[in-house]
Amino acid sequence: MSISMFMSEYKCVAVAMVMVASVFDASAQSSAVDEIARYRAQLQDGNPAELWEARGEDLWKQKRGPKNVSLEGCNIGKGAGVVKGAYAQLPRYFADADRVMDLETRLVHCMVTLQGFSYADATRRVFGSGSNRSDLEALTAWITSESKGVVMNVALNHDKEKEAYNLGEKMFFFRGGPHDFACSTCHAESGKRIRLQDLPNLTEKKGAQLGYTTWPAYRVSQGELRTFQWRLNDCFRQQRFPELVFGSEISIALTTFLANNANGAAFNAPAIKR
Amino acid sequence: MSILKLAFASVFVCALVAAGCATVSDKTVTQQDLKTIKASFKENGQAKLDRLDQDEAQRLCSIAPSVTIAKADAARVEKMNLESIKYPADGKLMGDWQQGERIAQTGVGKQYSDNPATPSGGNCYACHQMSKAEISFGTIGPSLYNYGKLRGTSVEMQRYTYGRIYNPQAYSACSNMPRFGHNDILTEQQLKDVTALLLDPKSPVNQ
Ligand code: HEC
Ligand code: HEC
Repeated sequence: MSISMFMSEYKCVAVAMVMVASVFDASAQSSAVDEIARYRAQLQDGNPAELWEARGEDLWKQKRGPKNVSLEGCNIGKGAGVVKGAYAQLPRYFADADRVMDLETRLVHCMVTLQGFSYADATRRVFGSGSNRSDLEALTAWITSESKGVVMNVALNHDKEKEAYNLGEKMFFFRGGPHDFACSTCHAESGKRIRLQDLPNLTEKKGAQLGYTTWPAYRVSQGELRTFQWRLNDCFRQQRFPELVFGSEISIALTTFLANNANGAAFNAPAIKR
Repeated sequence: MSILKLAFASVFVCALVAAGCATVSDKTVTQQDLKTIKASFKENGQAKLDRLDQDEAQRLCSIAPSVTIAKADAARVEKMNLESIKYPADGKLMGDWQQGERIAQTGVGKQYSDNPATPSGGNCYACHQMSKAEISFGTIGPSLYNYGKLRGTSVEMQRYTYGRIYNPQAYSACSNMPRFGHNDILTEQQLKDVTALLLDPKSPVNQ
């Protein structure tokens, strides 16, 4: 990518930071969600997530890896190479891997099986930071953007899909660690907040739809595009649990639980968030 | 064998028998689930895998808030937790409210991203309104504004408040509030300091 792209990325972040600062100077009592809605509107035509999307599209089409092939032969659920609308139906069971996969694990699967990367290489940088950019985040940004406006429709037909959903539900209420936290400590009641951050009630349709369909998101506070795997990883960190393994069964189970609960809503990401 | 152990044993047996065991509800965390959970995490810094080993209260409280815990289980959880409360040997329950305010403001501690050498905070403001000045407060817990002004500072009140922070589940099974003393999040001195924050007439909580 060109230098100018970095420059504009930098500028976007700077502008957004100024906005964040003013948000917190202003009446702190008003809902943080309103503020976010406001600066999301202000940035409407310039979500920096687009930089990740553009890089992701290139990465999808480029011949890469030891086998020097593109990912266009990758089946992410709707047939080889079909990207449009695919994310709104994930996670799902894939017979060739005999497991339920979310987009990110499916991409890794294709990088390994089609492009010939080792698993270690394909997952070396699942979350980027600064100039250490993550290819997976970029690919995820682009592929999810191709589902914008598509109605969420995550099926629980296969037994393994049902198992994943059930396990995800159990994990959502699983208390542990020094603080006795579970996801449900912070996300099972409506109208609650931590400090000034509104907490979606993810056990309800409305809350799950809002919380799920707006990821991945460009995080203004981090200057990074973050995926749903990252969201789960970071909530577990705050929950004082050990570190969630990328692509692990629990990560897929929770994603299946939340994505299925979001069914019926239009997918609306990559979004922009605090 | 207690009822609880029996229930646990039957879950275990059912897990071994696998499919079609009527007594395992869909929502019971099985031994197999626990294995899957452990395999899905890796230790990082101070956050080791043993954090996934639930104690009895955690296990009994891993239920949806819409499901009320059985009365007998709730009583069990409260009794067990009440027995765990250790009051300071010197008998003093009120420390320095100014230190208490600092502890209430910070949420650092016990995350794998935290330096274990840094003392943990209580993060009370994350969940409670406490003073008039601090408008950035959460609402998971009830407002504690004017706590001491409304309830006084009798010895019983001090003991209740210290115990409530040391181990909330002694009073309210499955509380969403961390067991700050029981789980070694705050030190004895820190517990005294936040107790003073709530009760001391000079504290911003009581202005
Ligand atoms: C200690 C409280 C806490 C716990 C426990 C917690 N979260 Fe969160 N979660 C938050 C906060 C605070 C936010 C908002 C984050 C922000 O804006 O920075 C959030 C955000 C989210 C979001 C995004 C919502 C949105 O609208 O963007 C999802 C999804 C989510 N959490 C899922 C989970 C899951 C699943 C778990 C259990 C693994 C969990 N959380 C555990 C506090 C928590
Ligand atoms: C994760 C959220 C959370 C945090 C952090 C938290 N609390 Fe609580 N607290 C609660 C909830 C929920 C309740 C009400 C449920 C219950 O009875 O335990 C509560 C109840 C209380 C009560 C009992 C109130 C009464 O009416 O008797 C006191 C006292 C209290 N908290 C003090 C504190 C102090 C001091 C801190 C910081 C050291 C703190 N809390 C941190 C969630 C929290």
